[in-house]
Amino acid sequence: MENVPIIQFKHVTKLYDNDPPVLKDVSFEIERGKFYTLLGPSGCGKTTILRLIAGFTEASEGEILFNGNKINHVPANKRQVNTVFQDYALFPHLNVFENVAFGLRIKKMKAPAIESKVKEALNFVNLQGYENREIREMSGGQRQRVAIARAIVNEPEVILLDEPLSALDLKLRTEMQYELRELQRRLGITFIFVTHDQEEALAMSDEIFVLNKGKIQQSGTPIDIYDEPINQFVADFIGESNIVKGKMIEDYLVEFVGRQFECVDQGLDKNEPVEIVIRPEDLEITSTEHGKLKVKVDSLLFRGVHYEISCYDQDGNEWLVHSTKKAAVGTEIGLHFDPEAIHVMRLGETEEEFDRRLEAYADVDNDGE
Amino acid sequence: MENKLTRSLYAVPYLLWIILFVVAPILLVLYYSFFNIEGQLSLSNYEKFFTPVYLKMIFSSFWYAFLITAISLAVAYPAAYLLTKTTHKQLWLLLIITPSWINLLLKAYAFLGIFGTYGAANNFLEMVGIGSKQILFTDFSFVFVSVYIFIPFMILPIFNSLNDLNPTLLDAANDLGASRWTTFRRVIFPLTIDGVKSGCQVVFIPALSLFMLTRLIAGNRVITLGTAIEQHFLVTEDWGMGSMISVFLMITMVLIMMLTGSRKRGA
Repeated sequence: MENVPIIQFKHVTKLYDNDPPVLKDVSFEIERGKFYTLLGPSGCGKTTILRLIAGFTEASEGEILFNGNKINHVPANKRQVNTVFQDYALFPHLNVFENVAFGLRIKKMKAPAIESKVKEALNFVNLQGYENREIREMSGGQRQRVAIARAIVNEPEVILLDEPLSALDLKLRTEMQYELRELQRRLGITFIFVTHDQEEALAMSDEIFVLNKGKIQQSGTPIDIYDEPINQFVADFIGESNIVKGKMIEDYLVEFVGRQFECVDQGLDKNEPVEIVIRPEDLEITSTEHGKLKVKVDSLLFRGVHYEISCYDQDGNEWLVHSTKKAAVGTEIGLHFDPEAIHVMRLGETEEEFDRRLEAYADVDNDGE
Repeated sequence: MENKLTRSLYAVPYLLWIILFVVAPILLVLYYSFFNIEGQLSLSNYEKFFTPVYLKMIFSSFWYAFLITAISLAVAYPAAYLLTKTTHKQLWLLLIITPSWINLLLKAYAFLGIFGTYGAANNFLEMVGIGSKQILFTDFSFVFVSVYIFIPFMILPIFNSLNDLNPTLLDAANDLGASRWTTFRRVIFPLTIDGVKSGCQVVFIPALSLFMLTRLIAGNRVITLGTAIEQHFLVTEDWGMGSMISVFLMITMVLIMMLTGSRKRGA
């Protein structure tokens, strides 16, 4: 039983009326006890996936399995999942205690049991002593916690969180990120978290699914996705990146902006057109003689932790640099980067092909050692 | 300072209006209620009011007002709920509200035609084989027409409160295991109770003092306090007694408003 994924999507498509599909043939597996994030811009279908799991809407095609059983037509009130909504959806006519107790009362649980369970849930989210408060007396962060307590008190196997932090201010948001992650570890149940905030996704998740236009673009750990984005969309959406067109000359040698550079990628065809990603933090400012690239500084933005410097090379490609060093606008500087900083992306590669290539590449690496 | 002066000037028409047409009439009614039919100052009207004749009238007024309110609510709540689910809800709402723009007397006369011995209703009954019935001048026709007239006023506040309901709350209830009925009982109804209360107020209070319909539709078979007031002023010319009943109705209305007053509970 432990090996059966808690949730499985098999070729799920979702259409609303005659509009283009919101989800197109999506398949994935969710393992027990992990923190998953569905990440993507608005309209990518991430909330639809959540609503399908919760049972608020039905799939047009495909199968949804829960613990190995098909649940396509199981109504929401019979499913072993609970949701934390974007606007919290707390009942305004009930106080904190009654909000949290709502699910238990429906299960016809005895009053003393409800009392102790609600107390325990409120302790879990650090809201002890708030039982008799009205919802309108609570701050945004506190409401958030009530919403979480209301979900966990039912002991679901999966908790769905629909952009629950988007209404909070930056500081509170960061705090809640830590708390949610911590809570998930303590409870040991599966969290599926929806967000459009890539930093949030990177900070919290065991696994990230990057979605765009109703399809999963890439799935993997935060580090995998950040370091090895599969395509331009993922590279651009997760973190900031410099993306330029290039050509794979041979293994470990790639050409872009008219020059050849040493790299660590191999296994591609000779002279295959590719896209090159270099993260802004991997570019180092140096003198024009020492730099691998010669660029002109166009603008400088102080970002607190670093300067964001926008430069242009002679071909007109923009290069974004994150550096603690300042560079005067209008001057020529050199940019240095290591071979490891170059990430080569094949055009139009699917996730399976990409994974196979990465695995083959890892094997070669191991053999080499 | 000038600002303050102009502001008090603006208030003059309003105050004049209130004094002339609200405060003065109420005081006059109160004043007249202490005079008996011979024009002597006495409490006899108040004594008379608690005799079986009037007590019966009070009871019947309240009973019919209650019936009208209850039936209106029973029809209006589901109707308002369905309205919020339709795609062109404002248009449908407009269609339901439109009859309230037609003059009340006109509507009453229309029903005289429909419910009359040779009217559409009896034609229908004959067609289906039940046979002609006396519909007009019964308490059934009185309640039916009253409900018809009051329904828009009941639907409007209920529609508004249902329309303001955050639909995610219904998802949340569903998510926490509530069936549709439980969701209605525990979430939808408690959150729209304010709309229900104001709907009941705008129906119950006027229904208590209906008088024209009692004569036109119920043929004076239903005697309410409204009828009594009309009769005292126009027929028996006992202004004191008529005023006294008005005072009673006013006190009742204030009490009802206080009892059903909505305590605002924000989100």
